[in-house]
Amino acid sequence: MNVSHEWLQAFVPHALSAEQVRDLLTAHVATVEGFERLRADLAPFVVARVVESEKVPDTKLSFNKVDDGSGTLLEVVCGAPNVTVGAMYPFARSGTLMPAGFKIEKKKIRGFTSNGMLCSANELGLGEDQAGILELTTDAAPGTPLLTVLPLGDVRMVVDVLPNRPDLLSHLGVAREVSALTGVAMRSPLDALLPADAEGAVAGRGVALGAEARDARQASSGGATVRLEDAEGCPLYLGAVIRGIAVGPSPAWLRERVEAAGVRSISNVVDVTNYVLHGLGQPMHAFDLARLAEQTVVVRRARAGEKMVTLDGVERTLTTEMTMIADASQSIAVAGVMGGRDSEVTDATTDVLLEVAYFNPRRTRLTRRALGLSTDASYRFERGIDPQGGETALRVAVALLVAVAGGRVDGGMIAVGAAPSALPPVTLRPARVEAVLGAEVSGSEITGYLSGIGFGVAGARVGEGEGEGFGVAGAGVGEGELVVTPPSWRRDVTHEVDLIEDVARLHGYDRLPDTIEAYRPTTVPDHPLYLAGRRVRDALVATGLAEVRPIPFVKGDDASHWRVTNPLAEDEPHLRTSVLQSLVPRAEYNLTRMQGDVRIFEVGSVFLGKSSGTVDEVVRVGVLIMGARAPRHFSDTASSTAIDAWDAKALAERVARAAYPGASIEIGVAEEPALWQVLVNGQIIGSVCRLTLDAPVWASGAFGIECTIGAMPLAPVAEPGTSAHAGARPAVASAAPPVRYQAIPTTPAAEFDLALLVPDGIPAGDVERVLRTSGGEMLERLSLFDEFRGAGVPDGMRSLAWRLTFRHPERTLRDKEIDGRRSQLLKSLENQLGVKPRSA
Amino acid sequence: MLLDDFRSAAASLRTDGPGQIAAASSLDAWTEVRNALVGRTSGRLSDLMTALGTLPKEDRREAGQLANAVKQELEALLDARHTELSRGQQQGPAIDGTMPARATWQGSVHPVSLVIDEVVEIFRELGFTIALGPEAEHAWYNFGALNFPADHPAMDLHDTLYLNDDLVLRTHTSPVQVRTLQQYAPPIRILAPGNVYRRDFFDPSHAPMFSQIEGLVVDEGITFADLKATLTRFANRFFGETKTRFRPSYFPFTEPSAEMDVLCGVCKGSGCPVCKQSGWVEILGSGMVHPTVLENAGIDSEKYTGWAFGLGPARTAISRHAIPDIRILYDSDVRFLEQFAR
Repeated sequence: MNVSHEWLQAFVPHALSAEQVRDLLTAHVATVEGFERLRADLAPFVVARVVESEKVPDTKLSFNKVDDGSGTLLEVVCGAPNVTVGAMYPFARSGTLMPAGFKIEKKKIRGFTSNGMLCSANELGLGEDQAGILELTTDAAPGTPLLTVLPLGDVRMVVDVLPNRPDLLSHLGVAREVSALTGVAMRSPLDALLPADAEGAVAGRGVALGAEARDARQASSGGATVRLEDAEGCPLYLGAVIRGIAVGPSPAWLRERVEAAGVRSISNVVDVTNYVLHGLGQPMHAFDLARLAEQTVVVRRARAGEKMVTLDGVERTLTTEMTMIADASQSIAVAGVMGGRDSEVTDATTDVLLEVAYFNPRRTRLTRRALGLSTDASYRFERGIDPQGGETALRVAVALLVAVAGGRVDGGMIAVGAAPSALPPVTLRPARVEAVLGAEVSGSEITGYLSGIGFGVAGARVGEGEGEGFGVAGAGVGEGELVVTPPSWRRDVTHEVDLIEDVARLHGYDRLPDTIEAYRPTTVPDHPLYLAGRRVRDALVATGLAEVRPIPFVKGDDASHWRVTNPLAEDEPHLRTSVLQSLVPRAEYNLTRMQGDVRIFEVGSVFLGKSSGTVDEVVRVGVLIMGARAPRHFSDTASSTAIDAWDAKALAERVARAAYPGASIEIGVAEEPALWQVLVNGQIIGSVCRLTLDAPVWASGAFGIECTIGAMPLAPVAEPGTSAHAGARPAVASAAPPVRYQAIPTTPAAEFDLALLVPDGIPAGDVERVLRTSGGEMLERLSLFDEFRGAGVPDGMRSLAWRLTFRHPERTLRDKEIDGRRSQLLKSLENQLGVKPRSA
Repeated sequence: MLLDDFRSAAASLRTDGPGQIAAASSLDAWTEVRNALVGRTSGRLSDLMTALGTLPKEDRREAGQLANAVKQELEALLDARHTELSRGQQQGPAIDGTMPARATWQGSVHPVSLVIDEVVEIFRELGFTIALGPEAEHAWYNFGALNFPADHPAMDLHDTLYLNDDLVLRTHTSPVQVRTLQQYAPPIRILAPGNVYRRDFFDPSHAPMFSQIEGLVVDEGITFADLKATLTRFANRFFGETKTRFRPSYFPFTEPSAEMDVLCGVCKGSGCPVCKQSGWVEILGSGMVHPTVLENAGIDSEKYTGWAFGLGPARTAISRHAIPDIRILYDSDVRFLEQFAR
């Protein structure tokens, strides 16, 4: 909402500066997020003092020395008769762009160099006075910006009006708040909007509407008829006929006002409607009466398949859900949204029908959305205008129109339908105000705040049993309680807490106390997935991986992926079913930027269950690794080695251990295309795979790991309006069992190596299992240290070598025992797997 | 050779050996000495062993023991000297200390997560725990339960991505408020970080998915004064000594609602382009929990009051790290990520 400072002052003749108004509104009403001096072109001007002045003989010119605060006196030639030594004047340094569009340049005049210009009011665009340069009364130092000394011109403030306060979408509405906050009384809308000294003001003020024509369905006056067929879409329609107007440009004062609100001046008639919209918040429309078939307005639903060309020249296809303004034969406007081209006021128009209506907010919103067409009018109707404000708006509009476009009123106000009924009063308990705000605000203060912005406040009880629910009057009003009736423009106020908010903001948020109350411990345990996610993240970061947070939209298929019904991009309309789907494009992004060392991970949600029809959201960790295993060091003998599958396998185990502390973890061989599957307590929770990337030839192989951390159930906790508190406190996230101390060995270990010829088809894991089971209790460690194929190893076999470490907890093992164990192991291997030692 | 000759040869080796070993001043010299004394083919000890074979049979046992003893003595001395010389070499100037250390890859936490962690840490000091909720959410939890009127302009502030008529990608973390209130009885003090979605196209300051941190306090006797004080304390812990300002605002699920600003970190309140001359920077939205929200979660709104807030960590991350474009947070360029290594 654009608010003009001057316009606001026309409503509330306060003495605040624009900056003060800005701060007041931001602190108590709504945030002023834009602040623009409409005479920003004057920003480069400064004030300057004439230090010396000397007439140039036989001319009107004077040769002056001017202090502009720069430290050196400037020589300036001036043609004005009123240069006075010691006086302050507006000064344009050379290079300054004048409002008239030319630049002040350094030049020689009659042998004198002139380094700028002392300015008259006219030269600054501030009026007609050409008597000479503008002498300023100020204590400001030379060099001070002119706008600081002389707050020239209007200021446009952009107020961020939030959806609950449509009453602030007009100067009137903002002025009400300023009036309440400053205690300065409001002027009447007509006084505020029609300056007393404007040409035509007397004629405008003298306008009197004839006898009112009011009916629930149809009424006529001044030769025009209004018929209401869609009372749901348009509860109230007001109109008035003015004949004999002259369409033309607006007078300067009106043009400045609408332009200050950021609206382009079009013609006197259109400007008046926009002026009333921004002034009073009532959108209105002017129809060329001569172009209405049978001079009749019908408010009805659009007919199926009906089309209309709106003011913007676009042909719109209408639906039966839309409320239209029609004449006797066809639609002429989309109600509350935009007028039609065929009934538009033109230069030839002499008779107009002014429309002031209250359109249904919800219907306007649906129509606006269906047409994809938002206007200043629809914006206000869908938020809800003041249903009681129409009559005033119509009367003001008629006066304004007669003042700026001439003409005379024909007949009286046509009023069809009825405004929505007033909202019921709301009970406000001062004790509740204190309970919510933490500060006592007295009943009289509360009454002052609320009545200041138009609420009716009474201490009396209202009838028992009317209405129900908290805070609604009638549910038993007690001692000291206030019965508050909202004004017609505050249809957002339905609950006690709505009033508490008004009290709080008018009192001032910054005046309210701030104290941390003593608090009781929360009943909510940390979410286990948060804790697990942090452990996984910390483990991966410690391993040298970077966390990423990409978006989860992917190109999937409808069969297995949830589709966003209104996606941002048609090529990525689906939600991912794996984190790696998001990580692969990130790796490819890096590869196109010549970055081949990519070690990234994300802990995030995937969205499964498409085939079952229920979203099954699961939190997973995805890891993508490729590139060098470690940064290259000059002392490295071999060239750097790339991350391989074994690194991925190790990382998978690390991830699983972090996610499931204390659980039994197994990285088992998986079926293609995965390399391994990750098992936690026997359950598959993830996998390791080789990734196929769109990668340049120099890139090394990429590996992916994806593990489930836990489910994020979608099911409602309880029915709406109920809780599931009883016995619902779930167990605190299961902590890992504590590590149990194992005695540090004091006896020496005995080691030997076994090099075995293992036929292809026998996995190393099988050999290890035999070694473990046959190795006995004293086998402390088993470590595979070599795999070899080639010379000395028969085809179809490989040599695998393990180092076995044995230890007896209490004594040194004897050579004989070790040798015995060795031959026993070899026997078991031969018997169970047919594996023989390499040397034998 | 006779036994006596053998004895004297062994004795002279025993006498000369230690001196020569001690005199070896480098590893190369040590190798020469070792070869001269105990070398396998040409050393003096090897000569002695050869001579052993020429002795009468009855003398060989004694001579052998003698040769062995000499061998052991010399080898012990040689080993000790070798250790000394090697150590000297390691300590010596042979290492150029200006050369780089052997590096390992440094992992990093995403800058948005860094902000979340910091916020979480501060609120943990004040007794908050962490709650989470689903990102694909029922429309009721996202809107209805939070007092959003149907077909109301308030919805325009939440341009929503839908999965179907009932399911949305949550537009804020506030649904976690209702889920938590339904599941746990007050007192409640939680923080709910998470991803939220809006139908916003990527541009330098918008993204279709971003993170939010929700905070919620519900108990008896919770007031706006508590909200102001707690959030101001947070601001001072997070931004360093600062001032806060609360402005009227509107959220369907809180009332009174307030935006909290802190003094602009660049100009400290005097006004600059960063804060659009206002001196303040908006940090979070907050307010007293609307009674309807409590009632929707089955909680007695007369007995309990509460406050809630929501803040966007990405915005904080962007401003504190001077990141010029929000898309950088999503691109995942490893050269960006490694700037946050630790």
